[in-house]
Amino acid sequence: MAEFVMNAGGERFRFASLKELMAKASPLRSGDQLAGLAALSDHQRVAAQMALAELPLSHFLNEALIPYEQDEVTRLIVDSHDAQAFKAIAHMNVGDLRNYLLNEQVGAAELAALAPAFMPEMLAAVSKLMRIQDLILVASKCEVVTAFRNTLGLSGTLSTRLQPNHPTDDPAGVAASILDGLLYANGDAVIGINPATDNLQAVTTLMKMLDEVIQHYQIPTQSCVLSHVTTHLEAISLGAPVDLVFQSIAGTEQANQGFGINLALLDEAYIAALSLKRGTKGNNVMYFETGQGSALSSNSHHGVDQQTCEARAYAVARRYKPLLVNTVVGFIGPEYLYNGKQIIRAGLEDHFCGKLMGLPMGCDICYTNHADADQDDMDMLLVQLVSAGVNFIMGIPGSDDIMLNYQTTSFHDALFARQISGKKPAPEFEAWLQQQQITDDHGHLALKQQLPKAFDVVSKELRK
Amino acid sequence: MSDDKSNSLVTKPALAELVIENPWRSLQKHTNARIALGRAGSSLPTKAHLAFQLAHAQARDAVLMPLDYQQLAEDLAHFDLGVKHLRSQACDRSTYLQRPDLGRLLDEPSKQTLANDLASYDIVLVLTEGLSSAAIGENASSMLAAFLPRVVGLGLSIAPLIIVEQGRVAVGDDVAHALGAKMVAILVGERPGLSSPDSLGIYFTYQAYPGIEEAKRNCLSNIRSAGMSVDDAAFRLAYLIEQANQLGYSGVELKDKTESSNAKVGQNFLLP
Repeated sequence: MAEFVMNAGGERFRFASLKELMAKASPLRSGDQLAGLAALSDHQRVAAQMALAELPLSHFLNEALIPYEQDEVTRLIVDSHDAQAFKAIAHMNVGDLRNYLLNEQVGAAELAALAPAFMPEMLAAVSKLMRIQDLILVASKCEVVTAFRNTLGLSGTLSTRLQPNHPTDDPAGVAASILDGLLYANGDAVIGINPATDNLQAVTTLMKMLDEVIQHYQIPTQSCVLSHVTTHLEAISLGAPVDLVFQSIAGTEQANQGFGINLALLDEAYIAALSLKRGTKGNNVMYFETGQGSALSSNSHHGVDQQTCEARAYAVARRYKPLLVNTVVGFIGPEYLYNGKQIIRAGLEDHFCGKLMGLPMGCDICYTNHADADQDDMDMLLVQLVSAGVNFIMGIPGSDDIMLNYQTTSFHDALFARQISGKKPAPEFEAWLQQQQITDDHGHLALKQQLPKAFDVVSKELRK
Repeated sequence: MSDDKSNSLVTKPALAELVIENPWRSLQKHTNARIALGRAGSSLPTKAHLAFQLAHAQARDAVLMPLDYQQLAEDLAHFDLGVKHLRSQACDRSTYLQRPDLGRLLDEPSKQTLANDLASYDIVLVLTEGLSSAAIGENASSMLAAFLPRVVGLGLSIAPLIIVEQGRVAVGDDVAHALGAKMVAILVGERPGLSSPDSLGIYFTYQAYPGIEEAKRNCLSNIRSAGMSVDDAAFRLAYLIEQANQLGYSGVELKDKTESSNAKVGQNFLLP
């Protein structure tokens, strides 16, 4: 294991290992403090960043943060690394990589070609040297397009997951939120519900309900019930209508064990999902959620800082060519990301690392009530992520998730983001919205006092 | 610049047209989700925006406003069990929020206070603000008033009531261990939801010790005026205590058979 020394501002700093160097170079966040990994002073942090800038990228091929023998995520990262693609950047150090990524000549094609050359740790390292504007600029060059029943991630588009959660999964309550979302032009990334329980029957009931709604209204979108991957496998074997298979994932083998998964199980689920062939525009069939702090929360971080653990989770995601990857950035609470400033930076870091690895990144721009954050902080992150080209965000009635008790972006927020950026929903979904006269030719909401004709059955309910 | 020109640009917009209401408002009967809020342009109308800000302010206040410990101690004194006032190792609110590990441990003077109590007890009741001082301030006394007669009815000996400043659920394990109490129930303010800033939780553990697994606890959640009533919670907690005392364990294996499914099930009205 290498030792790193850096003289900075008249003081000499030592870092005993690569993982210590990376942790000390991380911009301040409460989770790294909780783990006892954070820099002890701002001075030490910048010294670590300077040392990291001088580190050759090839060093990451030789020093694993978590030993190869102990961790299947490390094995996945090492074994899937594309040495041929890496040749183009093998002569760079981390600081050079930052300079290269910022170059105007480097665009979507170059970044897509380099995606298999990037180990997640390299991207985590370079992100630690970046300001917010760097994270935005570089990520905005990437275009990661995926497809199932519509086409997501095209530049110039911004999609939303319609999240119609209800504390008891009451069908009328879920239906009310779905209707609200559709009529506010949301739901092209997925109509995805967090079930109140992981009970198989309850989950398959919701799957059927979402499927019937999508079929009846001919909505060019896909459904997902965010239950455990094993529940999906059972549902598939029972013939339930599964569009996307969902799972929460993390960046270490042990943390994934805490989620009740490993790569073999994910392989099995991926094959099962592909076999259904329910996609019409493409066959990206997986939906993953991640978030900084998940490895530490199960004490499975191996002394690796939380942002680097998060980037490693993207190596797991990448294996399965997902339709959607969602970093749920502020959900975990203030012991990992204390305030709006920490949440905002983390969201942009995750989006940057994921995009450069070639993933269709979205972000659950969110906070809990015990975090020092509010709607203004979320507006800042939303605007910044839209500038960075985020593929999708959440959409929920009035920002208030009454089941999970946290606040995320609302249907209105998505309309705001589209309005200021000129971005549109996925093209197939946009055509449907216009056909239903929910939006006009300019993409503005057109609906006033009359529901669309296709929703006559709802009008009957309203007259009750 | 003449006034006439500006007047012709903005021609007295009709107030009734500033907000576009949604015709599906009546669906609010099916859910507490914030549906059919209407729109100003594409954005939230002023009324819905401020309603949200109010709910968030109340939730933040519940997290940050200090609990009035003196008032609480006075209220608890009426139960004639004695009251002890202890502290966790989280010295202030900011530390508490960032260091859950410290909120789980009693500080040294508090441990000493308990070690000096040589009596043995069947059950100790602990109160801590957790993440919502409003939950304890508004619900704890009425919860105890509903619950204590039931414990007395079971013939169990009850320790002095314990207030812990800045505690997490597991601080109850430290209390039970230091006091040598057989069972512990901790009343704790839950993480406030936007529409539920005052929600009280109760965690019950049989033979707790520092570091006991979470799976050994039973939990009652969402105790507040608009959620589970204190009478219902008192009935369920007494049931759990009686069962645990007979069976010799608590946790996932001890099923709350009082559970009744009284949720109304609505229909999916999106389909014919």
